[in-house]
Amino acid sequence: MSIGVNVPRKDGQSKVNGQAAYVDDLSFDGMLYGVTLRSQIPHGKIRAIQFDPKFDWSSVVVVDHSDIPGQNIVTLIQRDQPFLAAQLIRHVNEPILLIAATSRKKAMEARTRIEIIVDELPSVTNLEKAATGVRLYGEDNLFKEIHIEKGDLPRGFAEADYIVERTYKTGLQEQMYIEPQGVIAVPGKDRISIYGSLQCPHYVVKALLPLLSFSHPDQVQVIQMVTGGGFGGKEEYPNLLAGHAALLAMKSECPVKMVYDRAEDILATTKRHPSIIRHKTGLKSDGTLTALAIEIDFDGGAYATLSEVVLSRGCIHAAGPYRCENIDIVGRAWATNNPPNGAFRGFGAPQTCFALERQIDLVAKTLGIDPLEVRRRNAMEPGDSTATGQVLTESVATHKCLEQAVKASDYIRKRSEYSKLLPKARIRRGIGLSLFFHGSGFTGDGENRIRGRAGLQVTPDGFIEILTSSTDIGQGTETIFAQMVAEELGIPVDLCRNAGVDTNRVPDSGPTVASRTCMIVGDLVRSAAAQLREDLIKWLAELENCNAEQITLVGGCFLLSGQRVASFQDLAKRACSEGGPASASKTYVQPEGLEWDEKTYQGQAYPVFSWGCDVAEVEIDLDTYEISVTRFTAAQDVGKAIHPVMVMGQIEGGSLQAIGYATMEEVLQKNGWIENHRMTNCLIPTALDAPAFETHIIEEPFSGGPFGAKGVGELPTDGGAPAVAAAIDHATGQRFDEIPVTPEKIELALNP
Amino acid sequence: MKIDCTINGSPTVLDVSPMRRLIDLLREEMKLTGTKEGCGEGECGACTVLIDGEAVNSCLVIASQIQGRQVVTIEGLTPRSGLTPLQESFVRKGGLQCGICTPGMIVAARALLDKNLEPDALEIRTAIAGNLCRCTGYHRIVDSILEAAELERSRLSLVDTAPPDL
Ligand code: FES
Ligand code: FES
Repeated sequence: MSIGVNVPRKDGQSKVNGQAAYVDDLSFDGMLYGVTLRSQIPHGKIRAIQFDPKFDWSSVVVVDHSDIPGQNIVTLIQRDQPFLAAQLIRHVNEPILLIAATSRKKAMEARTRIEIIVDELPSVTNLEKAATGVRLYGEDNLFKEIHIEKGDLPRGFAEADYIVERTYKTGLQEQMYIEPQGVIAVPGKDRISIYGSLQCPHYVVKALLPLLSFSHPDQVQVIQMVTGGGFGGKEEYPNLLAGHAALLAMKSECPVKMVYDRAEDILATTKRHPSIIRHKTGLKSDGTLTALAIEIDFDGGAYATLSEVVLSRGCIHAAGPYRCENIDIVGRAWATNNPPNGAFRGFGAPQTCFALERQIDLVAKTLGIDPLEVRRRNAMEPGDSTATGQVLTESVATHKCLEQAVKASDYIRKRSEYSKLLPKARIRRGIGLSLFFHGSGFTGDGENRIRGRAGLQVTPDGFIEILTSSTDIGQGTETIFAQMVAEELGIPVDLCRNAGVDTNRVPDSGPTVASRTCMIVGDLVRSAAAQLREDLIKWLAELENCNAEQITLVGGCFLLSGQRVASFQDLAKRACSEGGPASASKTYVQPEGLEWDEKTYQGQAYPVFSWGCDVAEVEIDLDTYEISVTRFTAAQDVGKAIHPVMVMGQIEGGSLQAIGYATMEEVLQKNGWIENHRMTNCLIPTALDAPAFETHIIEEPFSGGPFGAKGVGELPTDGGAPAVAAAIDHATGQRFDEIPVTPEKIELALNP
Repeated sequence: MKIDCTINGSPTVLDVSPMRRLIDLLREEMKLTGTKEGCGEGECGACTVLIDGEAVNSCLVIASQIQGRQVVTIEGLTPRSGLTPLQESFVRKGGLQCGICTPGMIVAARALLDKNLEPDALEIRTAIAGNLCRCTGYHRIVDSILEAAELERSRLSLVDTAPPDL
């Protein structure tokens, strides 16, 4: 039995003894160090570039847009972002030139000897002015507009006893993986190898082929190094960085390392989209939701990157896990002159979930009932349908999560006890909750377009190598894949190992994003194992001159009519050396009946949802207005926990990111500049800021997932912020509709 | 400048610029890449090493400051084969995910346990407050260190109660 067991992490030993090799730990003979020269204005034209004649330019390699052999376009969804600005500058810290030298210091010195002369243009750096400011993109500055309609909204409002309206705002959030972005590009003859800290190796292949004017995918080899956190931040950004290193490597004909320092990483890389979300809700006096009208604006920044898909997920999750027949959701992602925003764990849902959950609390307040009660009355159940009209048929755990978290946190008692705290108490306490969901896998028919692949290879020593391009960025992919193969074959986990991610070797399993790795790629791996088992049994039957039905694989041994004939490892070795079945592979096949209309946003948005309820407790010191989140109870449904300790680690780590998002993580942006670009002022929670976690795994299995499993990666980032904000409301008696809720905001609210 | 020091137990003479950061010296000269750089300004703790038993951010120390001192890195805390109970606890209890903070975290925990083998959760949190982890939420790191302390205590008491000739 390998599933549901806390087997030792495959990468555990090398990570605790310091041997795990991250990209900055790697070097090559003759390697140069690359740096980037960036723009200092939000919008403008490059008039001239001046190189200091006193500097010895022969000692460094400089690349500009004219050195690009292919297309100066970062391949992603839209074709709007250049690798290097040629003429037009569209945001502060946009890359313009690249410099490589024998040391980083020297490259940086050269960078100070270059001056970019620009003509500045008027800019838009404020989301509220995106619609009316200067024209930056298309006709209307819109990267994307999405409309989701369900039922009859006017009728829903007509049926309502009350209508409540409110606007919510969320800020930028920095992924702040502890290992900054980095790659090394090693040039070859008509080919390039990229070693990098990244989530999606095949994205990099697709981005570099047109850049370098290569035609065959094998000409770009991408190898993932041990990656020190990603959280979405290393989904699409490495395309740009790998492109830069590749350009320097091609021109210098030397390996080139580019590793950002923290300041550059904060200043230049993508973040979570800031949002403004307006809610108008119709409700009956018994708490029934009759109408939900939601308008969502995201600041996409200067280039489209992944904004349209982030917006899409945000919109689909905007009406949450609640029953409502009349819904209207409008979402817009705007172009501005801020640095581009992009993927961050949760992918649009944390913003819309924050707004909705705060609105549901407002509904409770309007009715004079507890927020828990509104959720109990409206939480979805099997048979209900989501905003896109997706009817939920199985694996719905709203009530289970809600009741488990409420019970474990002692919510009901604490809610009334803290409410009675004297208004004069210096330390105020509060408790609040949230209910939420997150779709596993790509939206709609996305998985069918990607058609991910995974394979297994038997090695000559009888081990099973797992071949996928799913990257382990700390979440434990390598370990859970091995567990799945081991379980399917009934062999020890130690016999299964990962082949590593090298695009010249492993198939494209699709990107490591969208809470899809365990459920989608995991199931490919599992079914490849089932295939291999079947093939080995057939082969053994031929060797033994018997019927395949007489052979079973139990406890790591093949049995013929109950008698042991070979150990798994021995037969696997034989298969490998004697031309037997030594490999298996699987490609994603869309399940029957999946219907999705990309135009109307109607249908099955996700194969299944994971569900969660968070309860946060806070203390606020009324002398300093300092907020501490003291306790955090999460009950989250993942279908089946393949490795419970790692699932709890996902829940706790994701929750802390959400707690930080709600309270202390603030990226200050002014005129397109990020003002706090150091870890000393761009804070994330420390061990002293983090609460004690009480984590409950709920398992409501999904028939389409491996062993019942669904996604867990992003779910925990959705519910933490609104639960914390609700607890702060409870403690202070004020409403906070904008995050982060900083001590300054509390002070202001309490002393108007 | 010549610098005499002890690195991971070996007496070492280094000929480096006195302003060279200790982290670079370790990673580049000594190829001890278990020490990581997450910020370069004393905030993240990924570069934590022991200097004379104290946990220090090696990105804030310059070469001349280690003259005559004992420097220990994650490599120096790792036995020749296998792992220490502290390292094993991190693996078992989920004290690591991406692992980039882990060497620094373990070094900081070592410094704590060397002084206090009975820390409570708050003492542990205080000791690792300078070590940022973005993956775990810290809860399981604290648990890992609590478990390691317990294991080390029980080993000590085994040694204490062992007959003198063993
Ligand atoms: S690298 Fe030294 S504290 Fe961050
Ligand atoms: S395990 Fe990733 S930063 Fe701590």
